[in-house]
Amino acid sequence: MRFSTFSRHIREGTKSIIRNGWMSFASISSIAVSLFILGVFMLLTLNVNRFADQVESQAQIRVFLELDTPEEKIASIERQIKLIPEVKSVVFVSKHDALDRLRETLGENADVLDGYEAENNPLPDGFDVDVFEPRQIGVAAEKIKALNDTDPDKSIMRVRYGEETVKQLFRITNGIRNIGLVIVLGLAVTAMFLISTSIRMTIYARRREIAIMKLVGATNGFIRWPFFVEGALTGLIGSLITAAGLLAGYAQVIRSTRLDLGLMMFDLVPLEEALGPVGGVVVGLGTLIGIFGSILSVRKYLRV
Amino acid sequence: MIEFHGVWKTYPDGTVALQSVNVLIERNEFVFIVGPSGAGKSTFMKLIYREEVPTKGQISVNGFNLGKLKPRKIPYLRRNIGVIFQDFRLLPKLTAYENVAFAMEVVETPRRLIKKRTLEALELVGLKNKANSLPSQLSGGEQQRVAIARAIVNNPAVIVADEPTGNLDPETSWEIMKLLEEINYRGTTIVMATHNSAIVNAMRKRVIAIEKGIIVRDEPRGEYGYEI
Repeated sequence: MRFSTFSRHIREGTKSIIRNGWMSFASISSIAVSLFILGVFMLLTLNVNRFADQVESQAQIRVFLELDTPEEKIASIERQIKLIPEVKSVVFVSKHDALDRLRETLGENADVLDGYEAENNPLPDGFDVDVFEPRQIGVAAEKIKALNDTDPDKSIMRVRYGEETVKQLFRITNGIRNIGLVIVLGLAVTAMFLISTSIRMTIYARRREIAIMKLVGATNGFIRWPFFVEGALTGLIGSLITAAGLLAGYAQVIRSTRLDLGLMMFDLVPLEEALGPVGGVVVGLGTLIGIFGSILSVRKYLRV
Repeated sequence: MIEFHGVWKTYPDGTVALQSVNVLIERNEFVFIVGPSGAGKSTFMKLIYREEVPTKGQISVNGFNLGKLKPRKIPYLRRNIGVIFQDFRLLPKLTAYENVAFAMEVVETPRRLIKKRTLEALELVGLKNKANSLPSQLSGGEQQRVAIARAIVNNPAVIVADEPTGNLDPETSWEIMKLLEEINYRGTTIVMATHNSAIVNAMRKRVIAIEKGIIVRDEPRGEYGYEI
């Protein structure tokens, strides 16, 4: 394609967007809204994955014992855990240590624990268990749980490790993501139809020009191009607005949560890392939606 | 140049527009197509630039076999044919110059040629001084001349004119006819459908008369031949 032809298509497409006024505005907004929701879900997923990685890498099993487990029993359980081949080390965490730890995690909010002292400490005794290989953590946790089978008192109340938390987290976020996907899909289809309606109006407004173009021998491709440009540009504008808004908002979220999350030893996906995938998907998808919208109308209404 | 061989055209509603039409029009001929309204003149014209396809028979135009022409090749056929209508069909928001240049732009003519040939075409039809006027600022005759400039600007081998003087007064009609004759002298084949008996009788060109879809007369230097 000649450069002058190409610039003509761009010019004509842009002109139509301006001429269609409110209709273009509706198309652009609807693309922007659907992509915004998509972007929010993408950011959420990125961060959940990162969170999961962080949790999993803290490959430690926490064993909680029933309250009032006698000391001999505690020592015997500790010995049994040490005998498990996957286990690297076992550290006893008394309920006093647990209370101190909780105070530390809560930081400034630790005052909610005021009043709970040594005598009425509600927390159980327990162990922190490290394994040799993070991958073996599940096996080791099962073996620790199995110790209860030979223990008439069933002294082990709970065995927790990262993966379990992660699994639960994934169950919840998968649910949210599926609902989000349905919403995004519905909105994307709406956006596509709005764009195709907008293009149809352009085709109608330009029917005389199109008739003359056909008569003097313009190729079908030449006649169709400005409509594709119009659709693609509508999508592009909508998605650029969305991408800019999303990333600006996300930068703000990172800034305002850095302190709180930092205290919990977590951090969010940095902006530079989110920019590529989120920006790319939003802009790419927006443009595609626009092009598909125009194809719909061009195939149906532009008889060339 | 244009050859119809056993051409039939039946429209989907059952109307038989043309029956077994055989015509040979040579390069550089000037041909009038006459006949009552609804006789099939317009169908005949539309078949030439493949706005319609024949139900039966073969048509060739300037080396294109229309029966075998793939839809995506139609534009290249049309670049050989300039079409003129009774109602001018100019784009109202474009100036005379832009209307003519439009026909070159959309067939992707290099920009430096567009200006030169558009001005040449406007000069030929005598409207160089009104290049920047909008169609609404031009008289009917002037608008038709812009349409003619648009039809010839891509140097077509054939001009197909469907009642080009139908909306014009006799004097203006004559100006248009002189222009078409001039274009014909320069080597372009012209096929013109008309109801204008004065013009046909005065110009003494080949006349093909169509009635009820059948060619009933084909005379060199013929007359209109119908009562008015």
